[in-house]
Amino acid sequence: MSTPLIIEYLPILVFLLIGIALAVVMVGASYIISPKNPDAEKVSPYECGFEPFEDARTKFDVRFYLVSILFIIFDLEVAFLFPWAIALGDIGLFGFWSMMLFLGILTIGFIYEWKKGALEWE
Amino acid sequence: MILQGIAFYVFAALLVASGVMVISSRNPVHSVLYLILAFFQAAGLCLLMGAEFIAMILIIVYVGAVAVLFLFVVMMLDINFRELRQGALEVLPLGGLIGLILLAELAAVVGGWIVAPGVEKLAAAPTPAITSVTNTQALGQLMYTQYVYLFQACGIVLLIAMIGAIVLTLRHREGVRKQNIGDQLARRRDEVVAIRKVSSGEGV
Amino acid sequence: MAEFFSGFLLPLIIMVLKILAITVPLLVAVAFMTYAERKIMGAMQLRQGPSLVGPFGLLQPFADGLKLFAKEQILPEGANRVVFYIAPMITFFLALVAWAVIPFDYGVVLSNINVGVLYLFAISSLGVYGIVMAGWASNSRYAFLGALRSAAQMVSYEVSMGLIIISVLLCVGSLNLTAIVHAQEKVWFAIPLFPMFIMFFISALAETNRSPFDLPEGESELVAGFMVEYSSAPFALFFLGEYANMILMSAMTSILFLGGWLSPLPFAPFTWVPGIVWFALKIAACLFTFVWVRATMPRYRYDQLMRLGWKVFLPFSLFWVVLTAGVLVTFGWLPK
Repeated sequence: MSTPLIIEYLPILVFLLIGIALAVVMVGASYIISPKNPDAEKVSPYECGFEPFEDARTKFDVRFYLVSILFIIFDLEVAFLFPWAIALGDIGLFGFWSMMLFLGILTIGFIYEWKKGALEWE
Repeated sequence: MILQGIAFYVFAALLVASGVMVISSRNPVHSVLYLILAFFQAAGLCLLMGAEFIAMILIIVYVGAVAVLFLFVVMMLDINFRELRQGALEVLPLGGLIGLILLAELAAVVGGWIVAPGVEKLAAAPTPAITSVTNTQALGQLMYTQYVYLFQACGIVLLIAMIGAIVLTLRHREGVRKQNIGDQLARRRDEVVAIRKVSSGEGV
Repeated sequence: MAEFFSGFLLPLIIMVLKILAITVPLLVAVAFMTYAERKIMGAMQLRQGPSLVGPFGLLQPFADGLKLFAKEQILPEGANRVVFYIAPMITFFLALVAWAVIPFDYGVVLSNINVGVLYLFAISSLGVYGIVMAGWASNSRYAFLGALRSAAQMVSYEVSMGLIIISVLLCVGSLNLTAIVHAQEKVWFAIPLFPMFIMFFISALAETNRSPFDLPEGESELVAGFMVEYSSAPFALFFLGEYANMILMSAMTSILFLGGWLSPLPFAPFTWVPGIVWFALKIAACLFTFVWVRATMPRYRYDQLMRLGWKVFLPFSLFWVVLTAGVLVTFGWLPK
């Protein structure tokens, strides 16, 4: 049984390899043909006309972390929904209400977030 | 079949190699990138076993969401990883202990298969035959009915994670003026605009 | 040896040819997409657009491409060399490999996997890497800010996109893209799921960082966002990747909501036209809307963008999933 499944994935694997090769060739070929005469001003990072003060990679608003943590949670929720959407015809009302309870629990969390102002961007 | 064997060894070798690189590379960002590579190899291994749904979810959740957070943290936080690593020897015994416990658990699982050969089939008993349904459907048919308590427990874990993230990270800044769209829309013209007749030379 | 040839090498060559038959037209389509965009925007703003290179300026994109590839590649000071070069490759590569599962016509698909939708969802969730890596590796403030914004924006809209896909899947009962198109033989999902169709399209705009959600590269504030330090071929790869992504999103919209390769009316004069032409026409219509929106809408403010994603799209699409499931269960319309 598992063999035909793998056969379906083989073109994807080949496609991945071709995609990587194509990207590398495009950059590589251009690297070879393009002129190279760097100078100090050209390679300095763009900063609107003055010297950069410090390393650009600095701390930033913690809100970005919060967004990505919330994203993980909702992404998991979506991941749980996929098999449910496919199999809803087989699992009937019980499956339906089981998912409604699950979504209800998460909606509590969502309302909490909303009320706490975690979704607001200041 | 040969192709499958080759693919397995390639994926497995790359998985182990990138796993080693995760803990040995000096730049933390490179570590995370190797971790992502490792996730991909793991997804490839899942595919070889025929678990296509798990493979895709592995990529969506781990690579598409969890590793993004990791990357955020290592790229954008000013953590001095060299200093962190200096303390590594002190926590080595603890790490080793956790590793040993995990190993023992794995041994218990594999041992279970050896002691009671039927146990594998017993655990898989409610699973519909793979020939009749795709494995996404098989999961769907079981997870929400047969394993409903575990499923709801997942919901509660996610709820706690959500609340925990907010409690730990949310800080309100003082004195920020925000747009309130409800207020803006609720304004009526006659509340904010007053038309007055101003006679010349007198002012309002 | 003959056995090796017929059993292994020949299928491999056919496979590679098939892949090239997807990749090459795609890249040409990207080239003409940039031309079409400039022409349409020109017409909408009462300008001519490119008109000098070749007849009607048709060769303009190729001239631009050649020029880009012949330019000097600049590696900024303090940049992380490996990550700096890998980032555009990732963007380009992801936009290409997603096409492996797109069905162009009945049975015309490179690999008809059971979890096609999940594959596409996975690929689109990886798109954030190219941008974050570029922003970090460039060692520039603008690039860094652009990457941060872009990452937060893409993940925010990813969730509602997932939920919208779920509401389509409920009506289909399969993750296979061919099955999804087949389920629309009676009626395209754009009609019963009309609000989802609109939201999917808007999310697609946000996912591809297109106007009015083009904050990551907002020219007037961040110069070019995460791409500011890129030049030559790496920049060209970003460009190609972004436009290929737009075409991909249009293809997804057509497959999920506009009946893929199906003809709009299931009788004679319409069914004579091959499915692939219908599919291309639907994609072109979506792409035209992309450009139209760009020429019409002002840019969103960042807090408004996040508000729209988390406070409007997320609850509404969740509600719609519940509603769809409820209706299907109540009336027993679920696909078996």
